[in-house]
Amino acid sequence: MKFTLSWLKEHLDTSASLDEIVETMVAVGLEVEHVDDPAERLKAFTIGEVLEAEKHAEADKLRVCKVATKDGVLQIVCGAPNARAGIKVAYAPVGAYVPGIDVTLTKAKIRGVESHGMMCSAREMMLGDDHDGIIEAPAEAKVGDPIAGWLGANDPVIEFEVTPNRPDTNGVAGVARDLAAAGLGALITKKPAPVKGEFPCPQKIGLDFPEDAEEACPVFAGRVIRGLKNGPSPKWLADRLRAIGLRPISTLVDVTNLLSYDRARPLHVYDADKLKGEIRARLGRKGESFLALDNKTYEVDETMTVIADDNGVLGLGGVMGGEDTGCTEETVNVFIESAYFDPLRTAKTGRKTGIHSDARHRFERGVDPDFVVPGLELATQIILDACGGTPSETLVAGARPEPEKVVDFPPSEVKRLTGVDVPPEKSEAILTALGFKVSRADPWLVDVPSWRPDIEGKADLVEEIARILGFDALPAETLPQRSAVEMPKLTPAQARRGAARRALAARGLLESVTWSFTEERFAALFSDGADWLVAQGLILANPISSDLGAMRPSMLPNLVAALQRNADRGRDDLALFEVAPVYSSDRPEGQQTVAGGARFSNPKRHWSKTERPADVFTVKADAFAALEAAGAKVEQAQTTADAPHWYHPGRSGVLRLGPKLALAHFGEIHPRVLKAMDVDGPVYAFEAFLDAIPAPKAKATKTKPALDASELLPVRRDFAFVVDEAITAEALLKAVRGAEKKLIADVGLFDVYQGKGVVDGKKSLAVEVTLQPRGKTLTDEEIDAAGKAIVSAVEKATGGVLRA
Amino acid sequence: MSDIEQLERETLAGVAAAETIAALEEVRVGALGKKGVISERMKTLGKMSPEERKTAGAALNVLKDKVAAAIETKKAALENAALDARLATEKLDVTLPIAPTPKGRIHPVTQTMEEIVAIFSAMGFDVAEGPDIEDDFHNFTALNFPPDHPAREMHDTFFFNEKDDGEGGKKRMLLRTHTSPVQIRTMMTRKPPIRIIIPGRTFRCDSDQTHTPMFHQVEGLVIDRETHMGHLKGTLEAFCKAFFEVDSVKTRFRPHFFPFTEPSAEMDIGYERVGNEIRIGEGAKWMEILGSGMVHPNVLRNCGLDPDEYQGFAFGMGIDRLAMLKYGIPDLRDFFAADARWLEHYGFDPLDQPNLATGLSR
Repeated sequence: MKFTLSWLKEHLDTSASLDEIVETMVAVGLEVEHVDDPAERLKAFTIGEVLEAEKHAEADKLRVCKVATKDGVLQIVCGAPNARAGIKVAYAPVGAYVPGIDVTLTKAKIRGVESHGMMCSAREMMLGDDHDGIIEAPAEAKVGDPIAGWLGANDPVIEFEVTPNRPDTNGVAGVARDLAAAGLGALITKKPAPVKGEFPCPQKIGLDFPEDAEEACPVFAGRVIRGLKNGPSPKWLADRLRAIGLRPISTLVDVTNLLSYDRARPLHVYDADKLKGEIRARLGRKGESFLALDNKTYEVDETMTVIADDNGVLGLGGVMGGEDTGCTEETVNVFIESAYFDPLRTAKTGRKTGIHSDARHRFERGVDPDFVVPGLELATQIILDACGGTPSETLVAGARPEPEKVVDFPPSEVKRLTGVDVPPEKSEAILTALGFKVSRADPWLVDVPSWRPDIEGKADLVEEIARILGFDALPAETLPQRSAVEMPKLTPAQARRGAARRALAARGLLESVTWSFTEERFAALFSDGADWLVAQGLILANPISSDLGAMRPSMLPNLVAALQRNADRGRDDLALFEVAPVYSSDRPEGQQTVAGGARFSNPKRHWSKTERPADVFTVKADAFAALEAAGAKVEQAQTTADAPHWYHPGRSGVLRLGPKLALAHFGEIHPRVLKAMDVDGPVYAFEAFLDAIPAPKAKATKTKPALDASELLPVRRDFAFVVDEAITAEALLKAVRGAEKKLIADVGLFDVYQGKGVVDGKKSLAVEVTLQPRGKTLTDEEIDAAGKAIVSAVEKATGGVLRA
Repeated sequence: MSDIEQLERETLAGVAAAETIAALEEVRVGALGKKGVISERMKTLGKMSPEERKTAGAALNVLKDKVAAAIETKKAALENAALDARLATEKLDVTLPIAPTPKGRIHPVTQTMEEIVAIFSAMGFDVAEGPDIEDDFHNFTALNFPPDHPAREMHDTFFFNEKDDGEGGKKRMLLRTHTSPVQIRTMMTRKPPIRIIIPGRTFRCDSDQTHTPMFHQVEGLVIDRETHMGHLKGTLEAFCKAFFEVDSVKTRFRPHFFPFTEPSAEMDIGYERVGNEIRIGEGAKWMEILGSGMVHPNVLRNCGLDPDEYQGFAFGMGIDRLAMLKYGIPDLRDFFAADARWLEHYGFDPLDQPNLATGLSR
């Protein structure tokens, strides 16, 4: 919403400066977005007078002028055809910034002749498109005067955001009312005087709605003005519209725009000679359509309010009128419509048709239902003044839509909700200034003005009082402390995420945050497929772009794609992770938090030869680290080789606590998946399911168990077993550990061997077992017995035998 | 000169002359070994008279100790010399570079979120959460957005396809456009007093230089019987000071409109631009950083709370934007691009866990 300062002053008698007005608007909740003050913008430009203009010796089109300026008589070279002695011009001195050509002027020599400053065209000062010559100011302008005043460009334009709750401020009068209430001046908005009709209205009007849709247009008023002369608007009206960025069209149309912006009252004007029969507001019918003022044809339907005559639909009520019955320069008889259209229906119609108009903008937020007839009177008067003609009587169909609203208001509410002690007199004064009527009963009874559809209850009145008072008055108070020292605030699930993140970053992975969406195709690759995504409700109806069409069932597609993007920039040794939600359905329980990561590994060579590319076991370790940090008992986890299909079938695994509880997937991403994503492999990845980690048992005490450190030296023995290829290391290690639970403190697997000396189909696994004696040193017999127990346990569990 | 003196002089000369450990060992065996000269002389003691034995024995023992000590001393000296000689050959170029260890980083959004949590925890706020995929009720209706109201259009909402709601009607899920639905979920399941913040992902169908389709918000909600707008102001001012780690922050509260608060306010903070740097706290310019207000009576009613009994405030702010402001990060879109160069530059050391005792950041 835009208006000019002079326009505001037609409603507000104030001596406040532009800055004060802007500050007050912001303080009462009218958020000023932009102020264009031409005087400020053009302050570098002053009036100059060309005393002499001689042709440049070296250039036909240039003139060397002597110009009287605020800086004395200067020589200025000018290329404008109209540069001649005697005219008053816009002078820009050396050092001035000229916005239209984006240049800060310096003393220059033009074809050998010195030039001190510049005489500007309208376009050079960004005052318009005119660039045919330099601006000629009126002859009575004095040298040195600021240019703005002489070019009619001294009226600041203020643009502010109208919030949906304040339709009244879609009119300048509404803005003035707020400012007056805030103490910035007196509200002087004129109440429209009725214009007496000189003959009965010849145009019949009617409301034709089914009972359940009567709210669509409860009141519809109109009158005819006969024998007028339409044409270009008077200068004051055209200038006013232009100043706020509207294009003047003709007086009749411009008056409707004026009232839209002056009083937030949209109107429509019809060429009365083009109407046939009664004009009615009714619901649309399937199959009807009309050519609108924007020259597009719109289909209407039975949810929309239309204005129709005997020929059919003329326009959409409150949204846009029709081209065929609109006013033109030739119009001599006009029918002016002023109605109230239901906000919700208007909004729906607007959305369906995609029409954005000033009328829709106002009706869908709610116009003042009591201003239907006054608005019509005001428009009539302005049209009569500008176009002549004879007005008919006013016809009104229907009645004001809603009953007057009264709010029960205990004035103590202000203190309760804001903490500010406002004297009741002050509260009453503010409400009254805003147009409320206060009856001091207990509680107060407050009548809500018709232009404030947003006011429903006590809290709304508190806001009115508080915002006019200014939020600076709010005390800054501290919330009462709940306990001397606050207790921990994170839930275990929240704490887990933080721990997993820091554990992974400590392992050298970079934390990323990627979209919760992914490309549908990729989502299908990392889930049970496209149909599953649809069935789970994970496809967006209006994605921001086609490559972000599905909610991600896994974060891996985003991470893998990011790895490739980085590799394309030359960064091909990289590990990324994310700890964030993934989605398996549109239900709350379908969202779970996963710590996932992916690695592209091409480590740089190092003289120490210690570089080692990442592999399946790197990401297995990543998963372990995340899980362990998050509190999972990883030492109890088993590994199975049944990772989902987006992993390499032979180089991937699942970490489990029992057969049903998967804690993580890890492994190499399936080459086919990478190919489909156009990614160069291999990529190693993991997904650790933090929400799946069983909650730790609440501990009764923080005391740790006593340290159990034996004084006796541990004994270490190596064993190499030959087992079937299919036997897992985990099975063997489990057998070894279980052989002598009390004695065996640690088992390490230090060699895996296949080849010479081991028959085909078998492999050798070598372990180092640490035996920890307790109480007394182990005898050789005891150590041998432990060794035998280990060998037999391994044989029993895996069929393995000691390697010869 | 007695022969013992003679023996001592000869033996000690032998010790002094030995140049290697082996040579020294030879001298030791020659003197003190089983058949060494001193050992042999000791054996002769038995044949002496007690008188003779006493004098000769004492003298021999003194000699034996002297020789043994001399050998020990010489041995230590030879060993030291040998070690020095060896070390002289063991020289490394210690300027060789160490093997690089990859440096992991924490994303600025995470770090900022944890900073925010640290501050509000100290003010007694719990941390609540809710789902990203929401329904119309929690995201709009319960928050006092009337159906079809233009206020809904202020939120460019991502929708899912319509489906059966299981009760014979249709239902269309959506991505939450703010963290406020968690207010509703909390108030519907928990009795006041409530003091929570709600950090999380939020989504709007909007993408340009300053908007991304996904971003992060933190919501605050306080409901009890006496919390008023002055508490809101005090809480947010305290937060800003703590978050930006400055002694004071200039703030300005302006009336605004949100369907779910009444009265509603936006908060601006003062700043100035020095070169490319934004200095928060002082300066003549204002920057909007959050929306807030007293929870709307209709919202309380929708959650089964009596607005004449319970009251409180809510606020919401963009985490990404706070991170940008505090750490001078120029472009929002980079947050979600997973560009290693950006993550390494703007990311945080995993050991730097925000807490108020050490200061939130270094």
